[in-house]
Amino acid sequence: MTECELKAQSSKLKARGGRPAATNTCRVCAPLGAVLAFRGIRGCVPLVHGSQGCATYIRRYLISHFREPMDVASTSFTESSTVFGGRSNLNEAMANIASQYRPEVVGVCTTCLAETIGEDTQGMLRDLARDASLPRALFVATPSFKGCQHRGFHDAVGAILAQTAAGGERLRQINLLAGPVSPADLRHLREVVDQLGIPTILFPDYSETLDGPSLAQYAPIPAGGVGLDQLALAGRSACTIQLGAVLEPGPGQVLAERHGVPLHQLGLPIGVAATDLVFNALAEAAGAPLPERLLAERGRLVDAYVDGHKYLAGKRVALVGDPDLVVALAGFCAEIGLMPILAASGAITGRLAEALAAVGAGGAEVLEDGDHQHIGERIEHLRPDLILGPSKSYTTSRNLSIPLVRVGFPVHDRIGAGRILHLGYRGTQRLFDEIVNTLLEHNQDESETGYAYL
Amino acid sequence: MLDARKSQVVTAGDARAVVCDRPSVAGSVTQRACTFCGARVVLYPISDALHLVHGPSGCAAFTWDIRGSLSSGPQLHRLSFNTDIRENEVIFGGEKKLLRALRELVAEHKPKAAFVYATCLTGVIGDDVEAVCRTATTELGIPVIPVQSEGFRGTKKQGYSAACTALGQLIGTGSTEGIGRLSVNILGDFNIAGEIWTIKGYLERMGIEVVATMTGDGRVDAIRRAHGATLNVVQCAGSMTGLAKMMQEKYGIPYIQVSFFGLEDCADALYQIAGHFADKDVMARTRQVVREETATVLPELARLRQDLNGKVAALYVGGAFKAFSLVKALRQLGMRVAMAGTQTGAQADYEHLKDLCDSGTILADDTNPLELAGWLSSCEVDLFIGGVKERPVAYKLGIGFCDHNHERKIGLAGFSGMTSFAREVHATVMSPVWKLVPRRASARSFELRALSSEPAGDGRSLVLRPLSVEPERGVP
Repeated sequence: MTECELKAQSSKLKARGGRPAATNTCRVCAPLGAVLAFRGIRGCVPLVHGSQGCATYIRRYLISHFREPMDVASTSFTESSTVFGGRSNLNEAMANIASQYRPEVVGVCTTCLAETIGEDTQGMLRDLARDASLPRALFVATPSFKGCQHRGFHDAVGAILAQTAAGGERLRQINLLAGPVSPADLRHLREVVDQLGIPTILFPDYSETLDGPSLAQYAPIPAGGVGLDQLALAGRSACTIQLGAVLEPGPGQVLAERHGVPLHQLGLPIGVAATDLVFNALAEAAGAPLPERLLAERGRLVDAYVDGHKYLAGKRVALVGDPDLVVALAGFCAEIGLMPILAASGAITGRLAEALAAVGAGGAEVLEDGDHQHIGERIEHLRPDLILGPSKSYTTSRNLSIPLVRVGFPVHDRIGAGRILHLGYRGTQRLFDEIVNTLLEHNQDESETGYAYL
Repeated sequence: MLDARKSQVVTAGDARAVVCDRPSVAGSVTQRACTFCGARVVLYPISDALHLVHGPSGCAAFTWDIRGSLSSGPQLHRLSFNTDIRENEVIFGGEKKLLRALRELVAEHKPKAAFVYATCLTGVIGDDVEAVCRTATTELGIPVIPVQSEGFRGTKKQGYSAACTALGQLIGTGSTEGIGRLSVNILGDFNIAGEIWTIKGYLERMGIEVVATMTGDGRVDAIRRAHGATLNVVQCAGSMTGLAKMMQEKYGIPYIQVSFFGLEDCADALYQIAGHFADKDVMARTRQVVREETATVLPELARLRQDLNGKVAALYVGGAFKAFSLVKALRQLGMRVAMAGTQTGAQADYEHLKDLCDSGTILADDTNPLELAGWLSSCEVDLFIGGVKERPVAYKLGIGFCDHNHERKIGLAGFSGMTSFAREVHATVMSPVWKLVPRRASARSFELRALSSEPAGDGRSLVLRPLSVEPERGVP
């Protein structure tokens, strides 16, 4: 199919159907993404520079998803800091975090407020860096009026690498930038690279910090995450593999530019084809073949595809979520004969349509900068058999009696959001079984006879 | 604990007064939110009004359909409307977008009024929200009310006051015809899980008319005629006393502060309301309501108390009145309160709390996760009561938790609410899962010993390898 034909097929929709206001926004905010990234650094306390509501809301939103402690500090702006600047608040906050948490590093991100009053937050932190009693600070600017959590996350990852990675002699190791995936996904990726025997800086890694064990004593900073010492070596890796189809250029670019680390960008490994690409790239970097255990998982997955294919034939699906996740899910759905007819995201990347076409899902209606009202209207119009999306799609699912399989972020109405595995043959297997079973259950519940033997 | 925070913590029996009512310490990881949050939660349940957040998407996303506030009619409050301010408006101003959004949303949803919430962002770019609201009121024919809720103005408390000012613009604009003498408004109940219906039920049986509920199951037209009521009954004192005072000044309506949480406070509240009307029949009917309701719930409470007797609780809530009620309600269940704190308590509230609590109880203003975790551990509590942000502190330490914040979906007010509360507490405190948590490691090894001493089915003793009490991944 030519590019023109693809373009003709994929109809790009106007944000919110052209309305000036958003109804049930699909975008959260940039500092939330940055806080998530900071949680992937060892010994790090995130600090949000602005009104304390921003930190408190971000904490509540993340707690409702991960169900884990989420200590995020704020510089607690008042009216006078808004007028005269937040320097003293920032100084006080850094000192108080240092004495309460004794962190290795404080991850500072900004808010709409700090960005709009023209704070030179980075300059202030530079001044504070002279105080040896304070921990190191890493900084990222995250004005939400320029982007949502997707951008905040990747900007933070790029900024952290820019401030921590040093150059030097190449090492037998790789960088793996996985994007805002679940703790279970991160654990699986870690398992895969360990099996391949390739030392890997998997960043950010919040697999332990945001899905930790029951404790006898409260850990001010949860264990886990990538240490600053490891991040310092990221500029010496053999290559960076960056997951995410719509990233342009993405956080790995900074390592390519400054330290000449070759950057490979691949989609999230969901589905056989996409996982083959990522795992083969990892195997190539490791100089080792894919282990039998992974190949066995692949074999079982293909076998399951065969078992379930008829239940999916002719079925149509709407995909809602972070753009990189939506693209990867679309590729997977196309692979199993479940037709993606809507790919919707609150983020604005301008690349969603192109990325969908590249994974064989160019026929889907594309909705960027969407809100849940508009997405719901499109779903009502298109009448898919299934929605794959966050818990915020539940209302649409309920109103239209279209089943929802919860993926991505946020999942606020179930437990175990951090343990949803999406990636690899194993994650795909889990998704595939849940998708087929959800459709079977829906048909079973809706049917008059209700056979228990299918 | 941070030096700057030490004056905000005392123990009951201590002569020193708590220092409170001041901004949170930067970097302390306060559990408090901002002015926008306070205003948004108070006005949120008015279900036939349009609630438009004038600011970036985050402020709207975080407040979309999170309260458990039910409506008996319209559901407009459960939608999140947002001007979604972008860079273009940051440079050129967001007033035009706001007006366009109001026009469109009012045409689409036909609300009875609209509230426009200012945020940090639209505050600092200098949008004249009041002027846009005036224009929109004239053009659209409904009250379009600005809410001065820029986050940086302070904590939730300033937001409560901004919400009360906004409500004040509606009150007094409707007809009071047909409102009788035996009438009240309920202020500061947000109809979480239908709580206000429970309270209204009691009042109806007492022969008292409820004119307006603010804001649970709230309606614009009812609020407009609220000045016709004889008495204001203020439940969440922190959020709504300001409005009650304003109505007293402007309309001469007296107010009483009550709490409907717990048997004691709920009965007291009903008697106070009845007492105000100095009507023998009302008082007789009130006695009957209290008698009947209490009789219904006491047997189950007694049953649950058997298990809960002697257990220890800690609580950290928004307002002080809820804390008072919870201390009493827990006492009714045989439980002792080892720590109590609030986000917005005033000096007098803490003095009252001191009197109410056993000597040695820790009282804290505007605390944070580290302090809370320390107290939960050192006081060896069985139960922590708070909101979603407090929950992981308890759960991570393997401690029972009860949500008493506005996100909850279970009604805890009124006499029947006390039963639900006791069941909630019982469900968490008595769970068998605590036997497995590291905090109770001694209990766990005891059970293993007990098990290994029992003979197995074949007569041979079952030999168990002693298990590590630490989780496999290790504890930092």
